[in-house]
Amino acid sequence: MSLATLLLLADGRLPSGGHAHSGGLEAQVAAGRVKEISGLDGFLRGKLATGGLVSAAFAAAACADVTRFSELDLGLDARTPSPGLRRASRAQGRALLRAGRAMWTLPAAVGREPHQPVALGALAAAAGLSPVEVAVAAAHGSITGPASAAVRLLGLDPYAVHALLARLAPECDRVAAVAAERSGDPVDELPAAGAPLLDIGAEHHATWEVRLFAS
Amino acid sequence: MHPDLHEHGPDETPHTHPEPGVDPHAPLHTGARALRVGIGGPVGSGKTALVAALCRALGAELRLAVVTNDIYTTEDADFLLRNGVLPAERIRAVETGCCPHTAIRDDISANLDAVEDLEAALGPLDLVLVESGGDNLTATFSKGLIDQQIFVVDVAGGDKVPRKGGPGVTTADLLVINKTDLAPLVGADLSVMERDAAARRGDLPTVFLSLAEDKAATPVASWIRGLVASRV
Repeated sequence: MSLATLLLLADGRLPSGGHAHSGGLEAQVAAGRVKEISGLDGFLRGKLATGGLVSAAFAAAACADVTRFSELDLGLDARTPSPGLRRASRAQGRALLRAGRAMWTLPAAVGREPHQPVALGALAAAAGLSPVEVAVAAAHGSITGPASAAVRLLGLDPYAVHALLARLAPECDRVAAVAAERSGDPVDELPAAGAPLLDIGAEHHATWEVRLFAS
Repeated sequence: MHPDLHEHGPDETPHTHPEPGVDPHAPLHTGARALRVGIGGPVGSGKTALVAALCRALGAELRLAVVTNDIYTTEDADFLLRNGVLPAERIRAVETGCCPHTAIRDDISANLDAVEDLEAALGPLDLVLVESGGDNLTATFSKGLIDQQIFVVDVAGGDKVPRKGGPGVTTADLLVINKTDLAPLVGADLSVMERDAAARRGDLPTVFLSLAEDKAATPVASWIRGLVASRV
């Protein structure tokens, strides 16, 4: 394992399209459900427990067994009822593969536009990272993306936002450990925690005439 | 019988099978990919109007498509549609997450995907215009996204803009100073702008334009024609 390689994969500056996505936060901000740092705290904890856990488990599973890509991809379709969120996940998967191909030799079976966690698992496998490491990157990414969007959308104090992320780091590690432990499970038994309000928000968001984030 | 020819049954026409491991399809794109020209500049300087003018001027002679990066997801595309300069299937909109410069410089993935999707849907193209979201004087395009870039400023923004410089004014392959028709109204001195632009840009070209008067953006269209011709 290489810690520096893991940091590369988790870095928000990785040119993988993430900056254009708010992880559903933009819709919730517009609905008035997230206004300040305590609202963001609740949003990120919910995100970590649902989408973060699912992403981490699927990224770890893809990393652990590169022959399961298409099966895992279908499993994520089943866990993503919102067509808008499916598109957003696949767009980010495609962008991640573009970055990954430039850095490592990716397994061909990953396809052209997989869900983001499958792409992340493929990159991690190609980079020689372990399932638990990519699970940490996935869980971390599930909250740092919306956190950075919150700074831009709400003008929150960036130090307060990073203090929050630091408080959430142990929870991030815990979620990643749980996810990695289950990475060998059959796809149907992998985590399937959902957030219906994010699904509904994403569908409204996709119809807006003015939006700053793609999702 | 030729080894590639075989019969599957009495009702079936004899047919060949492709060599295993060889893609039987012709390559999707033949020839060089489209020339990609980035168009950047501050909000309101006339980027979309310039794109519309270029579509009008070049649409009949070049196979072209446009990628927009506006926060109004359909505004720029609607403008082009309303003006009848480009059909909807030739326009893609990219969202930039509050950071228009990131999408054209630091993380160009969404724009590259849009360009590739256009080429996949429309077949080979000669020219793709990538219009950035309105930004500031520091925004420039990555060479990983575009081949050449145009920076658009306007006279109404004040005649100091070329002197202020910044990467857009200093390094763009073509600097367009738009809205020259407004110069007398805002007290801008075009000769000052010309002198400052030359001082900032060395040998790089600068053109003055009034899109209100020249709806075909003649000097910019000529510059692009030259680029396209030099690639063939």
